[in-house]
Amino acid sequence: MANVTLRVNGRSQTIDADDPNMPLLYALRDNLELHGPKFGCGLGQCGACTVIVDGNAVRSCQTSVTQAQGKEITTLEGLGSPERMHKVQAAFVAEQAAQCGYCTNGMIMSATALLAKTPKPNEAQVRQALAGNLCRCGTHVRILRAVMRAANA
Amino acid sequence: MNQMILERRQFLKGSGALFIAFTIADVIPAEAQTAPQKSLAADAVDSYLVVERDGRVTLYAGKVDIGTGARVAYRQIVAEELDTPIERIAMIDGDTALCPDQGGTGGSTGIVNGGMQIRQASASARQALVAIAAKTLNVPPADLSVADGTVRTRDGRTVAYGELVGGGHFDVKLDPKAPLKDPGQYKYVGQPVQRPDLPAKMTGRHTYVHDFRLPNMLHARVVRPAAIGATLAEVDERSIANIPGARVVRINNFLAVVAEREWNAVRAAKALRVRWTGGGGLPGSEGVHAAVRAAEVARNEDLIKKGDSAGTLRGAARKFAATYEWPAQSHASMGPSCALADYKPDSLTVWSSSQGTHGLRRIIGRELNIPVEQIRVIYMDGSGSYGTNGSDDVAADAVLISRAVGRPVRVQWMREDEHGFDPKGPPQLLDVRAALDASGNIAAWETEAWLPENTPNFRSRPMLAFLAAGIPQPVGQSVAQVQGNAYPSYDLPNITATVHWLKSTPLRPSNLRAPGKPGNVFAVESFIDELAAAANRDALEFRLAHLKDDFGLGLLKRVADRMNWKSRPSPNRDNRNGAVLLGRSITYVWYKHMDNRMALGLEVSVERATGKVRVTRVVAAVESGLMINPDAVKNQVEGNIVQAVSRTLLEEVTFDQSGVTSVDWRSYPILTFPDVPVVEVELIGTPRDKPLGAGEAASAPVPAAIANAVFDATGARIRRVPLTPARVRGALVSTRQT
Repeated sequence: MANVTLRVNGRSQTIDADDPNMPLLYALRDNLELHGPKFGCGLGQCGACTVIVDGNAVRSCQTSVTQAQGKEITTLEGLGSPERMHKVQAAFVAEQAAQCGYCTNGMIMSATALLAKTPKPNEAQVRQALAGNLCRCGTHVRILRAVMRAANA
Repeated sequence: MNQMILERRQFLKGSGALFIAFTIADVIPAEAQTAPQKSLAADAVDSYLVVERDGRVTLYAGKVDIGTGARVAYRQIVAEELDTPIERIAMIDGDTALCPDQGGTGGSTGIVNGGMQIRQASASARQALVAIAAKTLNVPPADLSVADGTVRTRDGRTVAYGELVGGGHFDVKLDPKAPLKDPGQYKYVGQPVQRPDLPAKMTGRHTYVHDFRLPNMLHARVVRPAAIGATLAEVDERSIANIPGARVVRINNFLAVVAEREWNAVRAAKALRVRWTGGGGLPGSEGVHAAVRAAEVARNEDLIKKGDSAGTLRGAARKFAATYEWPAQSHASMGPSCALADYKPDSLTVWSSSQGTHGLRRIIGRELNIPVEQIRVIYMDGSGSYGTNGSDDVAADAVLISRAVGRPVRVQWMREDEHGFDPKGPPQLLDVRAALDASGNIAAWETEAWLPENTPNFRSRPMLAFLAAGIPQPVGQSVAQVQGNAYPSYDLPNITATVHWLKSTPLRPSNLRAPGKPGNVFAVESFIDELAAAANRDALEFRLAHLKDDFGLGLLKRVADRMNWKSRPSPNRDNRNGAVLLGRSITYVWYKHMDNRMALGLEVSVERATGKVRVTRVVAAVESGLMINPDAVKNQVEGNIVQAVSRTLLEEVTFDQSGVTSVDWRSYPILTFPDVPVVEVELIGTPRDKPLGAGEAASAPVPAAIANAVFDATGARIRRVPLTPARVRGALVSTRQT
């Protein structure tokens, strides 16, 4: 058993990790009881587990807790709250850009990381930035609109 | 975990005129629900609606929101017919201890059936409230008016709903004659009200079943056999001895591991050394359609028999025939299925995203010999499921494991479990034949379809956990109405459509979205295009010539206008030499020959060198009946179109003799953002009509529309889905050679 200290949403928190190779996703969901990042595949193929680590959109199922130590981790909860939404979250609500909402975490986190680096992307850039984020409900057209809305907000 | 009170959330109001924003109480967190004594009878108003003293209303619905956002529509219905502000209406869905059994949620019937029951319950409640008010105020009911949850006399006296019935019972049955609002007076129904659940879902505050935790709970993972139906020969428990808290649960061939921490359960399931024997015996996906054609037929059924198709075909000069093949497909939910169970000697509680919680409760009770009164299944949101994904199976997993370990258990499937073991949309095979008369019109049509049967009197799909554990359960298969739309939606003089109902199909089948219809329409509308091309006629003109229904003709013309359709036969002769070939198509379907009519225009580009097909634009005109929430309907139509594009271009479950081999997103890819088309949807509403299913119909015409547009672009006719680059490239090469 090893203690790992993670800095998540601006707070440092220490967890017990039985395995230094435990993916960050399990630390966030199981130890810290966060609901934003979702388990989708555990293979880095779908993007549902995306978090922002030091400004980059990262697959938390492919990042170990050891690698995540000492870095600034932001989850969907850290972006905003229902009362004070981040502009990307607000744009997703405004466009009603979800069906089941299971993939939404990855969409919002990837879009947020994109807009931080490229504040005024064109639609092709948004499509490319979200190419690794899968959605099964087929809500893509609304998600694209939402990201463009956030970019112009 | 601690949201013990009803939350009221302020909605975003800055979205312009597109949406109507109300402050609606979000769904009550399942963990806060207690189980008061309450009516569950499907014909009692009290089963659906409870009015509190302060005027708050709670709707209890047996139909659930399976990720479609339907909850907002149910509340709009109640607000409308009960004449209550929508902000005061909370909702609980799919809790078997609280909600009446309205049947499973599927086939786009949530609003069509369940919603209309709720509408009648609301109108009946309103009628009862007016009757109570008449007595209380001592005036005739006809002298009372209702608005915003308050009954008013002509002389201005008022009494609120909460004062009339607050906390008490209505004690009345659903009255089929209770007066409904005139659609001209609708205030909530027909408005694009925003979904109340999105602010929490967009900010990570919502508790999906995957996020739910119970005190003293164990995490579990199921260890799947090396081959379907294999026997568990040996388990080496020492192989996980180094993983803290991990231990094995074994019931015959059902094998699982549990641990206090989730990651330890995950890695224990991977590390566990197991020896399996036997199992398998599948035909393999390579030759699946030969296996389908050779499968044992339980019975034959004529879906339609009009005129003399056989005689007309025999005597016809111009005859055509083709075979179309549809692959097995997966629900491929984004979130692997998850459930929790708490098995106690005298009670069992299950938290599940099943599309039919009451049905799941009956199955568990029957197979495990537990009186159903002792079982409570609580619905919680899952990942979108589109039919029957692993949600029911994982609940059975959780129940067996909780019973074995005597503690609450949470099971989440891994990606390879969901792709490998969800019940599949079955492979379909269709032979079609037709004759053209001298003027190039269809003189005769025949469809012969090979489809898996719904086992007669079959009550439920077998649960994987019960199969493996050796718990007896009914044997058979359930696929829903897979025969739908197996013949054209046009008026043809001589037509026969026959189904060979098959006793079995290679993988456990289910009712994957729009069951059977995308595959059937793929054959039917592709072949219509083949006939149009054979007659050297324009695809639109050919369809218009065979359709008598004015509404359908109107839909086709609207879509053609939007596409700036120029009349010419396919393929596009101007288009044969570029590196990228452009094509178009127009299709028509009357969903199930009784629900929505719809026309679909579609444009593709095809890369000659690679065979890669991109759907660039989709234009849809959909008959939508009474729309409770037009934006929610539109979202479903868009989603079905995009999902059907994915199913057509990319999706096939592959399997070998042992089991499914497409077990992740690389081996079973779905459409990604760079390839998503522009989607233009026009909904044609008829507010004085009944609601029609919102989404499924839009899936049906897409596969044929793509194949037809590829033919228009390239001259290559592809009769097998998916239209992968390799398949399209192969067809391009052989088309050039002929």
